[in-house]
Amino acid sequence: MIPTLFVISVVAFMVISLPPGDFVTSYVANLSSQGESVEAAVIEQMRERYGLDQPVYIQYLKWMRNILFEGDFGKSFVFRRPVTELIWQRLTLTLVLAFCTLVFTYSVALPVGVYSAAKQYSVGDYVATFLGFIGVAIPQFLLALVLMYVAFKYFDQSVIGLFSLEYREAAWSWGKVVDLLKHLWIPVIILGIAGTAMLIRIMRANLLDELHKPYVLTARAKGLSEGKLLFKYPVRVALNAYVSTAQYRVPEMINASTVISVVLSLPTTGPLLLEALMQQDMYLAGAFILLLSTLTIVGTLVSDIALAWVDPRIRYREV
Amino acid sequence: MSELELEVGLHVREGRRERPSAQEDVEYYVASQWRLMWWRFRRHRLAVVGGIVTIAFYLVVVFAEFLAPFSPEAYNGRYTYAPPQRLHLIDHTEDGIRIQPYVYDYKVEVDQVALRRTFSVDESAKHYLRFLAKAAPYELFGLIEMDVHLFGPVEEDAPMFLLGADRLGRDLLTHLIYGTRISMTIGLVGVALSLFLGILLGAISGYYGGSVDTLIQRVIEFVRSIPSVPLWLGLAAAVPLDWPPLRVYFMVTVILSLIGWTNLARAVRGRFLSLRTEDFVLAARLDGASQWRIIWRHMVPSFLSHIIASITLSIPFMIINETTLSFLGLGLRPPIISWGVLLQAAQNIRAVATAPWLLLPGGAVVTAVLALNFLGEGLRDAADPYG
Repeated sequence: MIPTLFVISVVAFMVISLPPGDFVTSYVANLSSQGESVEAAVIEQMRERYGLDQPVYIQYLKWMRNILFEGDFGKSFVFRRPVTELIWQRLTLTLVLAFCTLVFTYSVALPVGVYSAAKQYSVGDYVATFLGFIGVAIPQFLLALVLMYVAFKYFDQSVIGLFSLEYREAAWSWGKVVDLLKHLWIPVIILGIAGTAMLIRIMRANLLDELHKPYVLTARAKGLSEGKLLFKYPVRVALNAYVSTAQYRVPEMINASTVISVVLSLPTTGPLLLEALMQQDMYLAGAFILLLSTLTIVGTLVSDIALAWVDPRIRYREV
Repeated sequence: MSELELEVGLHVREGRRERPSAQEDVEYYVASQWRLMWWRFRRHRLAVVGGIVTIAFYLVVVFAEFLAPFSPEAYNGRYTYAPPQRLHLIDHTEDGIRIQPYVYDYKVEVDQVALRRTFSVDESAKHYLRFLAKAAPYELFGLIEMDVHLFGPVEEDAPMFLLGADRLGRDLLTHLIYGTRISMTIGLVGVALSLFLGILLGAISGYYGGSVDTLIQRVIEFVRSIPSVPLWLGLAAAVPLDWPPLRVYFMVTVILSLIGWTNLARAVRGRFLSLRTEDFVLAARLDGASQWRIIWRHMVPSFLSHIIASITLSIPFMIINETTLSFLGLGLRPPIISWGVLLQAAQNIRAVATAPWLLLPGGAVVTAVLALNFLGEGLRDAADPYG
């Protein structure tokens, strides 16, 4: 895990220092497009102040040292504030969103998948299959757009953001939490739909494989009731394959939430990251990429542990 | 189930398999492998439909200039955000009824305060349409000079916006057709690139095994465990704004395939691992065949069909990714026309509320992705006709 994190930090830094020019060049270009000129001495001074005149690896080492030993992610050029002030709330909201989506995804996909397999080729199965295909085929930002349009046109309601106006700048309170929950369900559904569709297919396919095995026949021959028969063994076996896909859900969730947040202007990491990348605000962008990747790795680790806990066979398997 | 199947997750084992009847037995047993695959594929009706739709999309790609009624650069400031017209097929005139498609003209009112145009149908003026209408000249395949389009208005400058117009009064239908070309090919080119990476690394990994395999597997795990979107946003932001469109197109494909190759690499590796111990590979080796020959003459043909199925299933991901990236303004950008670029016009709620037809390119994305998914699934089921 530690080496992975190290590689990620290098990749993140490479990516953010990749664009030609740096913040100062885009800053100067911005000023000169407004008709103001900047003296060369001032430019040099700015470079020096932000440490942009040093070679890339020195910049990287400095950046890493500050993060590791002082918890300092550098300063945002655009906002002229320390990066740490800007990111924590957004990261927390991203986490909350991702967590709720995971809960939603699993709690919907499991029963629907089991139903779909147990009643194969029934009307309900076809509906679930159809919705599953649609769910995978619609790009999530499009779903967000359509939902936004429908809410606006027919319900005269705005689905943008995570808070109502009066709570947007307010400090955390009970009212704000309730307000958050009221807004949260829309992005949760949008984010969850593709994952849910996929999980339903997986659950159905796995369970169907199990249902044709001899032990099910034996149990049925011995007179076990259908409900008990289903949940006692096949569902539990099928569940393993289902849990093992969880580790890919986490990066997916982070990916999708980045895109959706831009469309719905949620106060999560997405929009700010996009803005930081566009303006070459490298420390802000770098902090986001680094922290999101770390979150993903940790999430993957947690789901690996969960899998080992659910399925004893994994613990003894050679890696 | 393999990881890949879990990942793509659309695979369903049907469980039932139709047996050929007694008369067909002989035919069945002498049929070649490709023939068996074709039979099996044909049984999967959705896959056949998906295949036909996919072919139709690629025909649009090839004949875009001919199918689009106008030139993509054509615009008309009079018709900004003109709504879609209804196409009438049967014309009622004094002489009786005849089949002649036409559209009604627009009545345009300009609101002086809000400077917004409101459109209503003007039933007094008809614009007739015809097949093989002459309009803007173009070069088919870049070779043949032509000015005939599949259909268009009889009078060349009559307003015809079957799917509405955009912010600059450009015809959405024309743009959708040209966008198909970019969006559908970017999927192909991207898949070709990731296929190259995937087969190369997957084959090395699966054929040699050992520490090379471990290393490549670690790299794959690493690539898969990082959240790709923030990273590709970063990479895409690195594409300079003043690059020519073609180079941007190429860079975007490279970025997309850098993320997409791992699935194919895993599939190829899995196949190599399972084939390596097969008798026919051992036989070839004992016969003194070279490694190159064993790989290309014996192993690759036996899993080619699986690879084709995986490719078909990767294209939709590429299409969705391109659309998303362009939509965010980090992928392709005008003057390139792609579905994602077109959807960018629908980015804010105000634009969508005034012109909901701007969401139509999204319909094209969904149709293409569904068709390719069905086709890919059918191909995968057919890939192993003995199973």
